[in-house]
Amino acid sequence: MATVPVPAPEQEKLVRTWETAPGVYGWCATVDHKQIGIRYLVTSIVFLLLGGVEALTLRIQLAQPNLKFLAPEQYDQLFSMHGVTMIFLYALPVLSGFSNYLWPLMLGSRDMAFPRLNALSYWLYLFSGIFLYVGLPLGQAPNGGWFNYVPYTSSEYDPGINIDIFALGLIFLGISTVVGSANFVVTLLRTRAPGMSINRMPILVWGTMTASVANLFAVPALSLACFMLWLDRNFGTSFFAVRGGGQPLLWQHLFWSFGHPWVYALVLPSMGIVSDALPVFCRRPLVGYTAVALATVTTMVIGFGVWVHHMFATGLPTMAISFFSAASIIIAVPSAIAVFAWIATIWTGRPVFKVPFLYFAGFILLFVIGGVSGFMTASAALDWQLTDTYFVVAHLHYVLLGINLFPVLGGLVYWFPKFSGRMMDERLGRWAFWIMFIGFNLAFFPMHIVGLEGMPRRIYTYPADLGVGGWNLLITIGAFMLASGILLFLYNLVRSLSVGEVAGPNPWDAPTLEWSTSSPPPPQNFDIIPIIASRHPLWEDRLEDVEDRSQLTTGYLLDHGRETIGTTPLDAEPNVILRMPGDSLLPLCLAVATSVLFFALLSKLWLIAGLGFAAALVTLILWFAPEPLADPEHPRLYA
Amino acid sequence: MPDAIIAKDTLPVNGPGRLSTGWWGMLCLISTEGILFAYLIFSYAYLGVQASGSWPPGGAPPLSLALPNTILLLASSVVLEVGARRFRSGRDRSTVPVLLLTALMGAVFVIVQWEEWGRKEFGFTDGAYSSIYFTLTGFHLAHVVAGILALLVLAFWGWQQRLTRGGLHLALGRMYWHFVDVVWLVVFLTIYIVPQQP
Repeated sequence: MATVPVPAPEQEKLVRTWETAPGVYGWCATVDHKQIGIRYLVTSIVFLLLGGVEALTLRIQLAQPNLKFLAPEQYDQLFSMHGVTMIFLYALPVLSGFSNYLWPLMLGSRDMAFPRLNALSYWLYLFSGIFLYVGLPLGQAPNGGWFNYVPYTSSEYDPGINIDIFALGLIFLGISTVVGSANFVVTLLRTRAPGMSINRMPILVWGTMTASVANLFAVPALSLACFMLWLDRNFGTSFFAVRGGGQPLLWQHLFWSFGHPWVYALVLPSMGIVSDALPVFCRRPLVGYTAVALATVTTMVIGFGVWVHHMFATGLPTMAISFFSAASIIIAVPSAIAVFAWIATIWTGRPVFKVPFLYFAGFILLFVIGGVSGFMTASAALDWQLTDTYFVVAHLHYVLLGINLFPVLGGLVYWFPKFSGRMMDERLGRWAFWIMFIGFNLAFFPMHIVGLEGMPRRIYTYPADLGVGGWNLLITIGAFMLASGILLFLYNLVRSLSVGEVAGPNPWDAPTLEWSTSSPPPPQNFDIIPIIASRHPLWEDRLEDVEDRSQLTTGYLLDHGRETIGTTPLDAEPNVILRMPGDSLLPLCLAVATSVLFFALLSKLWLIAGLGFAAALVTLILWFAPEPLADPEHPRLYA
Repeated sequence: MPDAIIAKDTLPVNGPGRLSTGWWGMLCLISTEGILFAYLIFSYAYLGVQASGSWPPGGAPPLSLALPNTILLLASSVVLEVGARRFRSGRDRSTVPVLLLTALMGAVFVIVQWEEWGRKEFGFTDGAYSSIYFTLTGFHLAHVVAGILALLVLAFWGWQQRLTRGGLHLALGRMYWHFVDVVWLVVFLTIYIVPQQP
């Protein structure tokens, strides 16, 4: 093996090869994972704001007893859209944004395994989000909650297109999730840099991989349930309708078979963000890497066996309830392993209290509170008292906002220099964090209390003599405080894009591979594909237990068109050169055809639906058409 | 300035089978589709366990059409596999006849299934059993039709001589077709064989 320097013309050639075409065509046709990642992040934050405005509207209505700010029907639509937006259109897509942007950089690759599929999953996500929202201005938005229980949502009790939008919209979004997840799984298995064996991957990669495998197994349950509901509502089948021998509880089984694993899909990648970024601010590697990686996978595996804990109050047999109660409590074990690993990392490190550290430390506290209330609701006897009260609302906001939103915001501050080349302002960042953290606890902690006092969830108002008016006012004030903290955060973000301090490649002195390229990275990510020998390629000179040295300035050049290296799934031995597709309009065309199909199904325009379907088929055939291979045996490896 | 490695051996470009990303992508697709059928069969079993009357309502479905049809579909997998292997090893110049024959066997399966649907005494909306029966077999039928389309497109590319011997496209088509057949075996056992009681 010999090495030669990469000459400047070669570098320019790489940039030219990987650059997206300029103008509208490039904007529509790009398959660059970095651009798609940023699009995911921006779109999901827009949905976060929409969901937030919905939440504030609900909180105005609930600020005092007997208010008439919203009509009951408006309240139903707003709380349903709030749940659907936050869970489906913000929480997972924002994590996809991070992973899309960061994975190839962290893995030492030039792109995801299927760049066009990546673009497709974004377009499908955007269009299905619009699809779910078309009803809202018309007063026809989904109104059955994000869980959408039958028989409330069957056509007898809820005629109109509200629920059809939900059912078709989530099938539509499910396609995006599944293709995106397949892409993550294959990217992980096949495109890691040589030497990055699975015990050297960043924890974020473990988190997203676990969540993606879970999505492949969980999303079909929801798509199927929604399809059955759509058939029941529009064609008179009897899956959930009692009159024809159908079973309303089948909906709940299918929904929670999906819904519970999905909750972990929303939190495992964000726990991965913390596991990767927190150690940087503690100036030491994560304590218990192997335990945390295994805990991630274990959480997901157990997560598939706990769906019935959402159904303790439905009259299931005691044996079933006992089993699922035990399974739900056991899941505290892997979660606790992760928490102790983070605490030990802080404890034995030399923490630097930068803004991202505040978010991650705050997250640990919220995660523990949410975990404890989760332990309480996992116990069937207690759950019978707490179910459908505000206690559950408090729990789910502590876990979902605590585990998803705080790491996401901390991660945004942490990777902002990589995205933009600039730093976010530290002082504004501290203000935003503290306003948000205090607002969050003001808004959600009292919900435990009003829940224990007996206030049911999903009601649009409550009587004065329930005695929870004061608490509810406090909750509303907290909600507005949380929202102003988020606005301050976004102001800081937008302002820093132009006036932030210039960052350089590695402003936090972090150990992982994405920090070895310039900020923002060049179109090809890496001039050469590096060769990895440890978990912390950029910290090797200061860590004692590292035997080998990664080679970040010596590696495979791969400049015959868009190419990256393919490696074996476990040990990451290079075994193939992957030729990647260039910019293409096919993903956008396929997404448009799919949108036509779904809008036509919603409007019952069967002919147009058929045309949309046919267009999608033709696009797919073009997509898969074999390309002639000029040189099946690569003549010049490398250099 | 970074240095580039000059390797001793060359690596294949977009290699066949497991070396390609497409092979792994198809594995993901098959996993998620397989799970979809698992949830369908779960729904079938759940509705059956909870049903108040007999399940299936009119007694076990007859095997007179379903059994030969099952044998036909499984045979089509064998035909495809033997043909594809002969093509790979160079004994056949083209895969086109095999692909067309497999697609034809699939088409006969679809027609027989359609005929069986027509013979049922109940319709799609008559009750829980009929809903799940038509949905489960219908999902499978849609997969067979997708498989036939894939085989025809492959045959067209084969006729244009765009398919290579170790190539990915044929491998993906084979994987998908075998998957469709294996799923049918499970559906057939669930719907037709399990209810047959002596």
